[in-house]
Amino acid sequence: MKAQGFVHKYGDNVDTDVIIPARYLNTANHKELAAHCMEDIDADFVKNVKPGDIIVGGANFGCGSSREHAPIAIKESGVSCVIAKTFARIFFRNSINIGLAILECEEASEKIGAGDEVSIDFDTGVITNLTKNETYQAEPFPDFIKDIIHSGGLLKSLKEKQNG
Amino acid sequence: MGMTMTQKILAAHAGLDTVKAGQLIKAKLDLVLGNDITSPVAINEFEKSGFDQVFDTEKIAMVMDHFVPNKDIKAAQQCKQCRSFAKSFSIKNYFDVGDMGIEHALLPEKGLVAPGELVIGADSHTCTYGALGAFSTGVGSTDMAAGMATGEGWFKVPAAIKFNVTGKLQKGVSGKDVILYIIGKIGVDGALYKSMEFSGEGLQNLSMDDRLCMANMAIEAGAKNGIFEVDDVTKAYVDGRVNRDYAVYKADADAEYEQVIDIDLSKIPSTVACPHLPENTKSAAELTDIKPDQVVIGSCTNGRISDMAAAAAILKGRHVANGVRCIIIPATQAIYKECIQKGYIETFIDAGCVVSTPTCGPCLGGYMGILAEDEIAVATTNRNFVGRMGHVTSKIYLASPEVAAATAVNGHITDPSTL
Repeated sequence: MKAQGFVHKYGDNVDTDVIIPARYLNTANHKELAAHCMEDIDADFVKNVKPGDIIVGGANFGCGSSREHAPIAIKESGVSCVIAKTFARIFFRNSINIGLAILECEEASEKIGAGDEVSIDFDTGVITNLTKNETYQAEPFPDFIKDIIHSGGLLKSLKEKQNG
Repeated sequence: MGMTMTQKILAAHAGLDTVKAGQLIKAKLDLVLGNDITSPVAINEFEKSGFDQVFDTEKIAMVMDHFVPNKDIKAAQQCKQCRSFAKSFSIKNYFDVGDMGIEHALLPEKGLVAPGELVIGADSHTCTYGALGAFSTGVGSTDMAAGMATGEGWFKVPAAIKFNVTGKLQKGVSGKDVILYIIGKIGVDGALYKSMEFSGEGLQNLSMDDRLCMANMAIEAGAKNGIFEVDDVTKAYVDGRVNRDYAVYKADADAEYEQVIDIDLSKIPSTVACPHLPENTKSAAELTDIKPDQVVIGSCTNGRISDMAAAAAILKGRHVANGVRCIIIPATQAIYKECIQKGYIETFIDAGCVVSTPTCGPCLGGYMGILAEDEIAVATTNRNFVGRMGHVTSKIYLASPEVAAATAVNGHITDPSTL
């Protein structure tokens, strides 16, 4: 599995309130949520994002509220992967559970700049910065998590097991 | 190597003798919680995946608290979906308008969480129940759906930071000041993925409401959970509410902690977190030039009866300053009723405050007190992120009920001891 796209770059402690403000949580509709993705931190994100694009954040990305609406809005926007130095734990779980690709990589988080073109090989965890001609190595997932991602999310993987 | 309180609870629920930090386990759940924001996403996933029954109709709690009484048509649709799901699956602990309260105040009050239990909730402040010596943690909607379907969840066993609590709080200082002080010390990711375990002889000086407030904000330090050692205070609270057997877990003497932090309660001043992170703390005394447009006293962090009592003690015979809007929200119907019986509501209204039915409303910028451009709030809530309570340029200062009430009276941030 691979991804490639241009980078939208943010700092530390990007919280789920700025990813999807609570004033839009009166719906669970994925498209409506995506229409307001990142609104309170980057009002132009929705205008600029293209399918395959990559979000790069700093430490503690996705902190705050447990709203799954946050990774849903990001995924529905067409973002192919979020890379951060570290993720807040509920956002990390939620992303895996809904099948949004995320990678922890301190070096990538520091060296990748806004607008860089980046490609990712999820099998090896290698992140290639095509603009700067650099590569970075992300932590690979344990098998348990790979299984969930390969099944297309937690519930699909549980249902597969239930059905034997 | 011994285990922490959290590790013992996880091991017991995973059917294992021991677990260690970093281990991935599957554990049995004693309670699965959702609210009117997170349950609809869970219900959609549950139904889409083809599940047709829940694991236990008595071990799921659904609380309509964020946008109720419904703030708009879409919010009403979401509650309708939850109501209908709860009815068709015979969910026993479904709480709607009339008997609802803010979930993290309501569940302990109703005896739905006991020491030693394992609770997940699709709300980040589910970590509140650690105050009772339970393992409880916030998850997302898909985890909630999986929990409802299977009664199990996956967990990475957390490492821990131990807080060795000593001393006694100064007058006018409460659990909120303690947890803000701690977050100021360790940062918003200071306990990332970890347990915050509270023990020590100082615990006896912290009321259950102080502990619930402190465990509630463990998530604001990035923690997986916050947990208090069970003692007489816990037992006094739980007895009469919980009518089932429960287990009390103590950390082993040789349990491994990544860090041990000493907290002397007597040294903690009234503490305020400045915009836009809960770690930006200062003492209230340093912030007297901050003049709020709005004060909010309530939420899952500080909407309990002792919070109401603290606010009432300060507001009694005083009046909210000109130009300040003060909104007070008791967290549950029982707390609301007790406020009426004790005369607090009359005190609040005489002081020029408005009192609302229980709701999460303003804390997350839902309704019932949204901030306009550049407005400032002093709130007893738990997050002061950009735009959290309204306009993206508004600002939030997080404080205790004592500081918030004193601030409402003076019109600027006030250390209650100076009032």
